[in-house]
Amino acid sequence: MADNGDDDAQYRIKEGDYVVLKRGDIFKAMQIQPRKKVIFEKQWFFLDKAVGHLYSTKFEILSGGNLQPKKPKDPESPGDAKEAGTDNRHILDDGRSQKLTRDDIETLKEQGLKGQEIVQQLIENSSTFRDKTEFAQDKYIKKKKKKYENTVTVLKPSCRILAMMYHGREPGKICHLRYDSLAQMLTLANIHAGSKVLVFETCAGLVLGSVMERMGGYGSVIQMYPGGGPVRAGVESFGFPAHFHDTLHDFPICHVNALLAGTLDTAAKDPCADEKQSNTAEEQNPPEAGPRGSPEEQSMETNAGDDTAADQEKKEREKLKEAKAQGKRVKLEEKRKKLAAAASLLEGRNADGLIIASRFHPCPVLMVLLKFLSPSRPFVVYSQYKEPLIECYTKLKEQGGTVSLRLADTWLRHYQVLPNRTHPLLLMSGGGGYLLSGTTVATDRAKPAGSQRADEPAPKRLKVTDTEG
Amino acid sequence: MSFVEYSDFIQDGDVAIVYLGHDSLMPVKVQQGAQTQTRYGAIRHSTDLIGKRYGSKVTCSKGGWVQVLHPTPELWTVSLPHRTQILYTTDIATITMMLELKPGSVVCESGTGSGSLSHAILRTIAPTGHLHTVEFHQQRAEKVAEEFKEHRVDHLVTVRNQDVCKDGFGVSGVADAVFLDIPSPWEAVGHAKAALKRQGGRLCSFSPCIEQVQKTCVALADQGFEDISPLEVLLRVHDVRNISLPLPDFGPDSYSQTEPDAKQQAPNHASVALKTTTPPREIPGHTGYLTFATKPRT
Repeated sequence: MADNGDDDAQYRIKEGDYVVLKRGDIFKAMQIQPRKKVIFEKQWFFLDKAVGHLYSTKFEILSGGNLQPKKPKDPESPGDAKEAGTDNRHILDDGRSQKLTRDDIETLKEQGLKGQEIVQQLIENSSTFRDKTEFAQDKYIKKKKKKYENTVTVLKPSCRILAMMYHGREPGKICHLRYDSLAQMLTLANIHAGSKVLVFETCAGLVLGSVMERMGGYGSVIQMYPGGGPVRAGVESFGFPAHFHDTLHDFPICHVNALLAGTLDTAAKDPCADEKQSNTAEEQNPPEAGPRGSPEEQSMETNAGDDTAADQEKKEREKLKEAKAQGKRVKLEEKRKKLAAAASLLEGRNADGLIIASRFHPCPVLMVLLKFLSPSRPFVVYSQYKEPLIECYTKLKEQGGTVSLRLADTWLRHYQVLPNRTHPLLLMSGGGGYLLSGTTVATDRAKPAGSQRADEPAPKRLKVTDTEG
Repeated sequence: MSFVEYSDFIQDGDVAIVYLGHDSLMPVKVQQGAQTQTRYGAIRHSTDLIGKRYGSKVTCSKGGWVQVLHPTPELWTVSLPHRTQILYTTDIATITMMLELKPGSVVCESGTGSGSLSHAILRTIAPTGHLHTVEFHQQRAEKVAEEFKEHRVDHLVTVRNQDVCKDGFGVSGVADAVFLDIPSPWEAVGHAKAALKRQGGRLCSFSPCIEQVQKTCVALADQGFEDISPLEVLLRVHDVRNISLPLPDFGPDSYSQTEPDAKQQAPNHASVALKTTTPPREIPGHTGYLTFATKPRT
């Protein structure tokens, strides 16, 4: 079973890994950093203690922030008291059924008693526990366990887990996109390996990351971003291997008009990126200008030939700065190259899919980005609200160039399924947003309009008329 | 064309989806010299389809026109020939995400049925994953294998004609995910566990009735599955409409101070027009419960 051992390597938690912590239904994304104290659900511990263990291990949090893997077959049900009542006619709520006081419980905790042991103590000191029905006992134990058991599971991130996490923790950051809606988007847009997909999102990078996960590092994703730069915090949390990032391109939405008009000059400087460049240039300029710009220092350098130590130091510093500036220049050059690469990917206007999920009005975004899609390709627009999608729908109907338009949302209901206690969960999500989806088709109007690119539609049209005749 | 790879032009041997209008789609096997009849007239494959770009408008013999679309699992789902009840895209999307399917995933499925879900799985796990699908009905198993070949995805899938409840999936310790859509999934839970990787994996079972879910959940818990989570997803489609709400006539307004000609303009057909959505008169209210679970490492 030697290869099994090898297999396990990829299932082991490593330093620097992006992981998701889970307790109950609560998730939190984290990166494992050495000796970093992590606070999760009112408990603190050192996450790097999980390094070397396998993913999905359930840890018990011990005093001093240590983590101890829970044994897989821990006796889960404390006090299998087979004694139970049948109804609650004799149970009185006198507030005195628990013999342990709050102070007692605190003392137990301080003694370093494990959560399970505390729960056991609570059961033993509850005068009414034995009179409760079997179901009520179960519920009691579950509730106490939730409160006193201090366990945390370390999970490998995935689209499912992160989408659930964001929806539970920070729905505002992802425009209240519920995970089932995200699932619909990925499927309706036919996201798969090898395609070229456009993404415009302001969902912290969650949608982008989900698209990248489904593409598995094959094909290309072009993130169209508003403002100064793409937001990708959520993408980080996926912990993709490095080569995934080679398939990710970005393009500022502020250049789209220029690109469509054919006036975008990626070889030279362009206004939007230029602004950023000059900003960053300014930031780096003052320290750079210091030694280099001032004649005093330069003269000092040339004059103080004998002061070798100082000279050396100065030179070193200079070199460092030079290297830094060089690095910045290289970065800027890389950035420009990346922009040019993204532009050339877009210029073909042959993208295979489009996903929009943002806080912006979807209508103008959709109208402009649809132009980059090949015919017979799906697109999906998400909006937290229905009305802007009604507008999109109307506009698309007027304009043509799309079929199978559908405005829809999904309704999600979770169930509790237990022997004799099956029912829908008491709380459900009120809404997970709306989706407008459809498929692009070749338009008659686009043919004369796209005269620069008339090479493809023209012969097709001829053939159509041929067959008619 | 392939169900896992886009191409721009229609070729001989492709499966193209003819879009006839709202909710009306027809899959067509493109063959040199063949003809397809639609309600708008005939489509001649050699001249009307082969060499054309996917997404083009095709004029039929009666002068009507249709659009020819590149096949996708979603279009296939709404146009495929039913041999069984099938899973639709809303459930498929949820299953795909909750089973954490992605390129490279190894998946076990039973039964294959009409292959609606299978195509979506294949699309997602390509180019490096594999689907092991089990169908106990011989004719259906053969038919679906034939379709996989036609759709150029047969290199990604193995169809086994056996009873999953008795004989399992034909593989063990290889799957990242298992999907069950059979009448008695609880009888296959043990086999599902065996098919999943030693390191763990995800399971989903689709059942229309709550009693089936009940039994499945008991079986899953017995086999050591964790995070057992049954749920239901329903699609709500909104029809976009222009509506006009008439304003009632309250009769002559003798109290108001407005000029007489304004009063004359107001009466009869005053109404407010607006754009809104209405739900369809009837919608599918239930497809099935989806029960998800995680197999821990063993």
